[in-house]
Amino acid sequence: MNFDKSIVRLAIVFIGILLLSGFIPQWAMFMLTIACANGMAVLGLMLFLRAGLVSFGQALFFCTGAYAAGLLALKFDITEMTVLIIVSGIASGFMAYILGFLLAKYRGIFFGLLSLAFSMILYGLLVKTEALGSTDGFNVPAVTIFGWLPDLSVVRVAVLGMAFLIILLSVSFVNMLLKSPRGLLLTAIRDNEIRAEYMGASAQKTIHLFYVISGVLAGLGGAIAAVAVGHIDPTMSFWTTSGEMIFIAILGGTGSVIAPFIGALVFGIIHTIAFSYSPNTWQMVIGLSLIFVILLLPNGLWSLREKFGKRKS
Amino acid sequence: MSNVILHAEGLNKSFGAVTAAANINVEVQQGSVLGLIGTNGAGKTTFVNMITGYLKPDSGKVIFGGRDITRLAPREITKLGICRSFQIPQLYNSMTALENLEVSYGIVSLMENNGSLFTKTNAPIPSYGKTIRLLAEEALEKFGLTQYRDKTARVLPGGVRKLLDIAMAMSVRPKILLLDEPTSGVSAEEKFDIMDMVMKAVRQGNTTVMFVEHDMDIVSRHAERVLAFYSGEIIADEAPEIALRDPRVIKYIVGENHSPAHQGEH
Amino acid sequence: MIDQILMVLIDGINYSAWLFLAAVGLTLIYGVMKIVNVAHGSFYALGAYMAASVVGAWVTLDYPPYLYYLALFAAALISGFTVGPLVERVLLRYQYEKDEVVILLITYALFLVMEDVIKLIWGVNPYFIVEPYAYLGNFSVGEMTYPNYYILMFGLAITVGLALTFVLKKTHFGRMLVSVIHDREISAAMGIDVGKIFVVTFSVGCALAGIAGAFTAPTISVSPGLGVEVIVLSFAVVVTGGLGSLPGVALAAIIMGLVRAFCIHYIPHLELFVIFGVMALVLAFRPRGLFSLAEARKI
Repeated sequence: MNFDKSIVRLAIVFIGILLLSGFIPQWAMFMLTIACANGMAVLGLMLFLRAGLVSFGQALFFCTGAYAAGLLALKFDITEMTVLIIVSGIASGFMAYILGFLLAKYRGIFFGLLSLAFSMILYGLLVKTEALGSTDGFNVPAVTIFGWLPDLSVVRVAVLGMAFLIILLSVSFVNMLLKSPRGLLLTAIRDNEIRAEYMGASAQKTIHLFYVISGVLAGLGGAIAAVAVGHIDPTMSFWTTSGEMIFIAILGGTGSVIAPFIGALVFGIIHTIAFSYSPNTWQMVIGLSLIFVILLLPNGLWSLREKFGKRKS
Repeated sequence: MSNVILHAEGLNKSFGAVTAAANINVEVQQGSVLGLIGTNGAGKTTFVNMITGYLKPDSGKVIFGGRDITRLAPREITKLGICRSFQIPQLYNSMTALENLEVSYGIVSLMENNGSLFTKTNAPIPSYGKTIRLLAEEALEKFGLTQYRDKTARVLPGGVRKLLDIAMAMSVRPKILLLDEPTSGVSAEEKFDIMDMVMKAVRQGNTTVMFVEHDMDIVSRHAERVLAFYSGEIIADEAPEIALRDPRVIKYIVGENHSPAHQGEH
Repeated sequence: MIDQILMVLIDGINYSAWLFLAAVGLTLIYGVMKIVNVAHGSFYALGAYMAASVVGAWVTLDYPPYLYYLALFAAALISGFTVGPLVERVLLRYQYEKDEVVILLITYALFLVMEDVIKLIWGVNPYFIVEPYAYLGNFSVGEMTYPNYYILMFGLAITVGLALTFVLKKTHFGRMLVSVIHDREISAAMGIDVGKIFVVTFSVGCALAGIAGAFTAPTISVSPGLGVEVIVLSFAVVVTGGLGSLPGVALAAIIMGLVRAFCIHYIPHLELFVIFGVMALVLAFRPRGLFSLAEARKI
């Protein structure tokens, strides 16, 4: 499969959406932006799935990025979105770097549940911290984009456009990474870690590295979400948020770097529909869908594309 | 003869009541080909595992190129120049034969670039002078595997998996190559061809080779020197003609029906 | 000073008892079936809600108070032994050969489903069944008063621990369990009905979670979200003690309970942190936990 073509197509779709933005309702643009944010976090998750690992606590970095952006804007009066984005990436990347020392040593269920544990620890800490608004969180002030403060009527488009930019950069980077020797090694480690070690590679170092990258991606997603929603709170680190990300990852599959975003979009649509009908059964919907997808569509929605769609490239 | 590249000194290893290695002393000359023989449980695999870092001896040392490698991790030992193949081929099953080799050369490339994230796939590996893809294709050709290039490792036949496993071990251009039963699980017709091909590919770089084998014909054909293991001890350390005629070796390892005087059993 | 120590000790032991009861089902299921039952948390919640209903009815119908505890027990057993086997037979039965992460995701999905099913049945408002707790009265140590319920929980933990040890060591079924714990395939080859063992173990594990939930219910407000902290904490305890190890989970519970009581006495904020801190510390020195039975999948 030729990823480069996928990325070009994605860019075209993005440009198309921006050009047609006058015809797209506000709620749809909001949903798209959230899908972008989630997609970023899931892109990070997808890297792990390639290595055969599942993180049940991806929300940790999503939340870290969001709070970093929010705090910078609220307490330090820095409202330039590019700065917020960069700082979020650094903050979540650093968090991943530290935690990676412990987590990169584990595989399978340990890795999964340890990451869940850390995300819940952050949740607990945030909830108990009055200065950060505990369970209520706090609002994020309006942002400037490259110095320009968008008018209320176009702010959604502007943020969406920024999100698109971040996605295109990230996706290109990940694509290059996956094709590089380090990226190939990631899949090799999933298949036969011992062999890789016997050839001189360090599985731990590789996984640590990808853990940091995954954390950065999720952090960037969190920053996008913070700006788009205008509000952050501890539930961004709650296990249910991680659960939704896993669901999207499995929905989208690991076939391509743009799969997470397609999965996120589909998820956004399902969420909007299901939530408006019955908010108390949302988790059940995810759970049942997850079971359905795992048992019947092991490669996610992407495998449907291969079955029914034309084989591109 | 040239210098000693590997020196195992007084290696001892026990697992509970079982003595897997009893005061093993071996000096390996650079560029030589060593055959390790012995029945299962005699200690040859334990010896190999201690050299490659998979097991730590209870006492004794392994000196490689003047350096004590006894306590090092397998990864470090590989970086220093000892690489092994496996009795049951260890491949990356979901990847193609070509990709398996690309991963292997990719690791070399990473090591030379100090693990940099931005190591480019299509830039040549400095000390090899060729790109990863090219090296992988050449390795396939050298081992006669070109037709399996795009087949997933999982579906490859036994002999091919064996060759691929060895080709991968060779990718790091080790100073010492350890082959663990290179012809086991391979049909009688293929055995000789495979070993011939392996040894031809391997000897091009004046690599020191140590191989574990049960087939005495292969041992006679390729080994310059034979180490015979029994009960954790080395009971013979001679050229094949001598070792395979040693009465103890015949009694414990080769068996009366397979001794050189009784050819034709295979 | 002595008062301080006693305070920490009593609170610590109480929490240890709770941790043990909450976690023991999880380690049992892992030991025998080699799966991490993420839905463990919702079986705990199920036990608590079931207890809320049963005791609620009990109180309304004015049944004898001293039988509260039987009611709690019954509630737990009902929830474990009806839903447990159902889940195992319908959902899990055909998945055991799959990758462990897949099974993990399946039990995780199950957790999500059960959380909402509980909400659908019992609603989102909290339940209070304080009667079994209040009925027992209090005891005094120096100037501090503690509920006698603490003693009940402690006794329950000891009883469960001893009962499980007895079953594992002295009964025929227990010996079959130990055999399956050590090697599933060889056990099957020896004629042990592994399928039956799995159903029973899973149900018992869920019932144990239910017991923990049911007996905790009188001390808290039973409301949605009960289960999630339980799975996270239970996992920490089980991993620290060594996956699948009964003495391990007991020892880990004791250590964590006491350390936590000590820490929050002085810095209340540190709760969850402390438990994971202990876990990280133990794993740093003993990667497979205190008493390792199974590999921690660490290379």
